[in-house]
Amino acid sequence: MSVQEASRFADERAAVPSGTLGQKAARFKPLGYAGLLAACAAVPFVFPGYTNTASVLLLMVIFALAWDVQGGQMGYNSLGNIFFFGAGMYISAVFQIGLWTDVGAYTRPDGLVKATFTAQQYYIGLGVGFIASGILSAVLAIAFGWIVFGLRGPYFAIGSWGVAVAAGELLSTVEWVGGGGGIAMPAFPGDPGFRKLLFYYMMLAVAVATFAFLRWLYTTRFGLALNAIRDDEEKAEAMGIHTTRYKTLAWTISAFFLGFSGAIFGNIVAFIDPRNVAFPTLTFGIYMVLMVLLGGKGTLWGPIIGAVVFDVIKEVTWTYFLGWQNVVLGLLIIVIVVFFEQGIVGSIKEWRPEWFGIRVVGKAEPATRAEMAAASKAEAAE
Amino acid sequence: MLSNLSVLINAPVFNISLIVDGVLIGAIFALAAYGLALVWGVTSVKNLAQGDFVIMGGYCAWYATYLGVPPLLGLPIAMVVMALFGWVTFHLVVKHVIHRDLFTSLLATFGMAMVIEAGLNLGFGADVQSVNPGFGSYYLFGGLVSISKMKLIAFVLAGLLAVGIVIFMKSSRMGRAIRATAQDPRAARVLGIDTEKVYAFTFTLNAAICGAAGALVVMIWVIHPFIGVSYSIRSFVIVTAAGLGNLPGVIAVGLAMGILEQFGGFIMGAQYEQAIVVLLLLLVLVVRQIQQARVRQVVQ
Repeated sequence: MSVQEASRFADERAAVPSGTLGQKAARFKPLGYAGLLAACAAVPFVFPGYTNTASVLLLMVIFALAWDVQGGQMGYNSLGNIFFFGAGMYISAVFQIGLWTDVGAYTRPDGLVKATFTAQQYYIGLGVGFIASGILSAVLAIAFGWIVFGLRGPYFAIGSWGVAVAAGELLSTVEWVGGGGGIAMPAFPGDPGFRKLLFYYMMLAVAVATFAFLRWLYTTRFGLALNAIRDDEEKAEAMGIHTTRYKTLAWTISAFFLGFSGAIFGNIVAFIDPRNVAFPTLTFGIYMVLMVLLGGKGTLWGPIIGAVVFDVIKEVTWTYFLGWQNVVLGLLIIVIVVFFEQGIVGSIKEWRPEWFGIRVVGKAEPATRAEMAAASKAEAAE
Repeated sequence: MLSNLSVLINAPVFNISLIVDGVLIGAIFALAAYGLALVWGVTSVKNLAQGDFVIMGGYCAWYATYLGVPPLLGLPIAMVVMALFGWVTFHLVVKHVIHRDLFTSLLATFGMAMVIEAGLNLGFGADVQSVNPGFGSYYLFGGLVSISKMKLIAFVLAGLLAVGIVIFMKSSRMGRAIRATAQDPRAARVLGIDTEKVYAFTFTLNAAICGAAGALVVMIWVIHPFIGVSYSIRSFVIVTAAGLGNLPGVIAVGLAMGILEQFGGFIMGAQYEQAIVVLLLLLVLVVRQIQQARVRQVVQ
């Protein structure tokens, strides 16, 4: 944790890193972002067969970024953020269907009522459902904030996980939205190729919006307040930070973007059921935590790198170790958590703090780094 | 749902059957929860793999019976095998997370739970397994209430184990060392207790307790690789509601939980088992929070 402490003193966010490398990097930054964006936008045309895989990769990026808001930056390790993903999915589905027909009749398991939607109805429903999913998920986050934010440490993690599991279990008893059988989403009116493209670009838009918003957010006082809560909640409160309000807001931001991602993913898979698709607490819900830990929590790029690396590992194990995937995944969790706590970006930060604009003041650098390592060891042993 | 409720009201004798079953099963919940509380109190590791340890113990006993060992002998075998397993996992994983933050231990033990679950699934298949010791049942109230003899035996065995652990904790040297470490690891180290050894022993003991609980579960109920999670949650609910280091509380809440689940399952249907457990967890957490809010107000 020593680097995080150092970053608190040196102003990491000033973006004026000393040294030529930093200046060069700063000059090429806009170019780099534009290039990355162009590359993401080109994926469906370069690899047309992998559009949906790429959409899932973007979904993972959104997961990791959104989780990091309160998990990494604020230090509230939640296991239940997947709740907002599922909530967004169901909210979107209810709006997409409910705007034009009765939801209860549409989702009847006997399938007696066959509802078809015109293209216009479909797109209006999709737009309304998409917007509503983010906003209503955020509202739900405020409502649930008071249940979970009185809890601390492991109780918070388990309590938030309980909320997500309970939501899946309870929703599977509500016949109005199809119960445990789930809902088949309205059929897409256009060409299947266009469908893939549309949802890919929607996912890309949400991912880019999430990244841009968080990048800005972490430069504001709000970001600093979140870090203060992470470092010492009691002291932050004593300094006059209204911690409950900040915690709820951070949770709401996370929920907002997760709600959007859920709405899109529900339309990609076209069939949603409460336990496996909407509230997969033991798969997606855990992945989002792991990706952040793998990439380095509390950093801007860590979640993105972690999500990409994790998704690639996951796809490879699913392809080559079928049947053993949960063993591999479990071992991966243990290894990441126990032996690689800093994550990829965290380790680079420890290795080259100056790349992150952290000026190591005082003594010569190698001595300081050695000291930091010693200090972190001492801290770990304590 | 209501029809089952009216059965209970019109034929009160079924209530007795549910309560008896609940108490007998609750004893096993309490046993697993006591192991969790022990590890939690001494090492501050929250073992999310607790339920999977239980199920793994169940598979040990089941496999021993499958090889021709008498069913009741499966219990000590499961305890020994699980103790070994606990010792190995302690040195591979748990040792490294004891001094780290709480979330690390949660995730690491969650990873262990996944590996155990997937490993059992690969090794023994996803089928439901059970051991029938063939003891038959007692019939009361003219056959309306049946009490399986095995459940009674399991209850007695669980009780004996609990008594044994309590005596061990109170009077043996290691038991005193464990209690000292739970109170203050630093002071214990100063006084010459090898706390690392105590941690290892505690985790091993917990795994053995889980093994015993699992062997009892497989004889009175059924197991399959994916049921471990609900045992973990039950243990958490019980420990959270009762508090650490409160053995009478753990027993009382464990028995109450068994009874509640029996009634919930009877009234609403068996498919809500998981939902009932999770809702109980949330209920306990919310109640705890309200209590704490009151404490905070008093302090202010």
